[in-house]
Amino acid sequence: MILRAALIALLLALVLRPEVFTPLFAPFAPENGPVIYTRSSLLSLSLSHLGLVAAASLAATVVAVTLAILVTRPAGEAFRPLSRTITNVGQTFPPVAVLALAVPALGFGAGPTLVALFLYGLLPIFENAMTGLSTLPASTMEAARGIGLDRWQRLWRVELPLAMPVILGGFRLSVVIALGTATIGSTVAARTLGEVIIAGLLTSNTAFVLQGGLIVGLFAVLIHDALVQLEKYLARRSGRG
Amino acid sequence: MIEIDKITKLYGSTCAVDAVSLTAETGTITAIVGTSGSGKTTLLRMINRLVEPSSGEVRINGEPTHAVKPHLLRRRIGYAIQGHGLFPHHTVARNIGAVPELLGWPREKIAARVDELLELFGMEPAEFRERLPLELSGGQQQRVGVARALASRPDLLLMDEPFGALDPIIRTRAQEDLRAIQRKLGSTIMLVTHDMDEAIRLGDRIAVMDGGELVQYGPPEEIVAQPATSFVADMVGDAERPMRLLSLIPVSALLEPGTAEGAPLPAEATLREALSACLWTGREAIPVETEGTPAGRVTLAAIRARAERHA
Repeated sequence: MILRAALIALLLALVLRPEVFTPLFAPFAPENGPVIYTRSSLLSLSLSHLGLVAAASLAATVVAVTLAILVTRPAGEAFRPLSRTITNVGQTFPPVAVLALAVPALGFGAGPTLVALFLYGLLPIFENAMTGLSTLPASTMEAARGIGLDRWQRLWRVELPLAMPVILGGFRLSVVIALGTATIGSTVAARTLGEVIIAGLLTSNTAFVLQGGLIVGLFAVLIHDALVQLEKYLARRSGRG
Repeated sequence: MIEIDKITKLYGSTCAVDAVSLTAETGTITAIVGTSGSGKTTLLRMINRLVEPSSGEVRINGEPTHAVKPHLLRRRIGYAIQGHGLFPHHTVARNIGAVPELLGWPREKIAARVDELLELFGMEPAEFRERLPLELSGGQQQRVGVARALASRPDLLLMDEPFGALDPIIRTRAQEDLRAIQRKLGSTIMLVTHDMDEAIRLGDRIAVMDGGELVQYGPPEEIVAQPATSFVADMVGDAERPMRLLSLIPVSALLEPGTAEGAPLPAEATLREALSACLWTGREAIPVETEGTPAGRVTLAAIRARAERHA
């Protein structure tokens, strides 16, 4: 708990008052070079970074969960191997390559990054949603049918709520991966915290690299932790924890 | 009245249920007994159309079940299964009120019905209403499962090995409770079990299934005394037959005037209990009392004579 509060405080300080850390980063900056990144505000970069991750992850969730629902119905079962292949390809295709391919089609900026993060995020969510939806307690499903719930009611009232903690686990994985991966979006001019890291790499300024990396890392740790707590809460609520 | 009319289920070329017909009167318990693979569960699941029959039909109070959409039909038929099948993410109250909710009952009516059922099953509503199934014991989960099946006052209650997951002591209590509640509410119940004891204890009539066929259908006395096939005889168990027969007859049936030594039995006790008392305490007769006042006695000789008569 104390650790969590300390990490949040550290993150806020890094984003809102980076100049406070000047003495800390100074040893890593080149002589007479800038220590703290000031070309754009770290707050606006952070917000844009989080916004990209959120948009891509939400889109990936909608698509992956819908797909998982379809292939766990009796009628969609034949498509299960195919959907697995598609999401697997999404995962194995390097995001850098996606960026390179997407730039000619979508131009520079946030577009290609969104596409790369979206594709990269599909697999964990899809796999978890499928696991969650196909490992529901058999007697509960039998009873749901037996007492007269129709298909939709079974899906909304029983299957999705019971699978939710597992689906959320996939979402968490996907978000954490996307938080790190989003940094490379700055190579195609998306506004992310990667900008700080890349600026550092270009000017051999390790202080910039550390700043960018530290902020991204802290976001990942804290968001991961928050989602774990949410999962635990949902698992308890759904009587499976 | 539930009429099952030449109902058949084919899986490919194998016949899971073969032209079974039987009629169950309103307000009775029909126990369907058989080994695994006998088709008993398939027969039960065809009644609420969890399994669609290949041919034949089921009529509930004269109305054929195929005239209604399956999920609407199921809301009118209670369904309780082994391992209760409660919704783990819903409270006890929501679980019990599930079918009334589907049927669109007003909220206050559902709440009142939930409390009524909890009381009927000996669970304090204020204490149990808001609990999750996980927070109940096995016996309590099972009772909530049966309460859910009864909530909308269905025409018919189907139970598939409802007590299968309970330990023997709790199971006996659950069976007694079910019997008492069924008598009180006048419910019509069809129950599947592999346990002949359970069938004899609960059934007004017993249907014995073997290899997809209904081999005998009759009151428990008949099943025990005159098994139609060697399979039925095996299910009843040769060595157990006299005891099973005696367990179906109340002491009051052989009551005679007179007195006897030792601890008395109530008139509702079975001859099996009376015999057991005779053997254990070395007595030739046991005093019988109704509601605490002496009513006569039952003798070992009379019990023996009754057992020899084979109903």
